[in-house]
Amino acid sequence: MTCREFAEFLDGYVGGELPSAVRSAFEHHLALCVNCVRYLDHYRLSIELGRRAFEPSDGEIPADVPADLVRAICTALRSPSA
Amino acid sequence: MNSNDLMPAVGSAAAAVDETALLGALRRGEEWAFEALVRVYGGRLLAVARRICGNEEDARDALQSAYLSAFRSVERFEGSCQLSTWLHRIVVNMALMRLRTRRRKPEEQMDTLLPAFQEDGHHVEQFSEWAMPADVLLERADARAAVRSCIAQLPDAYRQVLLLRDIEELSTDEVARMLGATPTAVKVRLHRARQALSTLLRREFAR
Repeated sequence: MTCREFAEFLDGYVGGELPSAVRSAFEHHLALCVNCVRYLDHYRLSIELGRRAFEPSDGEIPADVPADLVRAICTALRSPSA
Repeated sequence: MNSNDLMPAVGSAAAAVDETALLGALRRGEEWAFEALVRVYGGRLLAVARRICGNEEDARDALQSAYLSAFRSVERFEGSCQLSTWLHRIVVNMALMRLRTRRRKPEEQMDTLLPAFQEDGHHVEQFSEWAMPADVLLERADARAAVRSCIAQLPDAYRQVLLLRDIEELSTDEVARMLGATPTAVKVRLHRARQALSTLLRREFAR
């Protein structure tokens, strides 16, 4: 397996979806190629950072919907065209 | 009954709401229930719309359209999922519709964000470790903002799939239906989006 093929199989590996023969070849390449070890680390970190970048910080309560928007929605709901 | 009767304490989590009681009142057309639905879930749903739309005006329009759509179709809500899950899907759909009507902003070419390879299949780039572990990075508000900024730089088609799959945690099949794509196309786009995000984050955080 080359680094190019390794990169194509990354999502399948991370998602646990690779057939066993492909996973074996993937892990064999991983054991030999430091550059791909780092590339896999970056890929996993990117997923984790993306997921957590939008989470509220510790102790932070999600903001309420602004009062003027509540009024606008309720007014639109009462209108005959709603 | 008023909306506070559904919530044990002011500011309590939406999960604490008695959805059965709220749904019953909505189906009976009781006006207080509609306002409660907006107040209880609106903050979180507005955050979802902001993530997808990328601007406040479109996010507010998407939220309003979503609530109107929900009110009109509450009779058809079968209860096969939580009310909050149902609302979440409607908001995502409305936000995607807003995106489609908006003029696209200039985007970085995807080719420049995907890995390059030599003729023998080796990476062109030599990767280094990042300056800090993810847990340390995520403690820092500036790093979290940098990650959000990197996601915003992705071309729309890739940003949407990344947001819907990795952040909104919708299934591949749900995303495919929402975007009118095949599940295979969604998987390919997600993989490329993650690789592109990885490239952008490397520019920010690699040693």
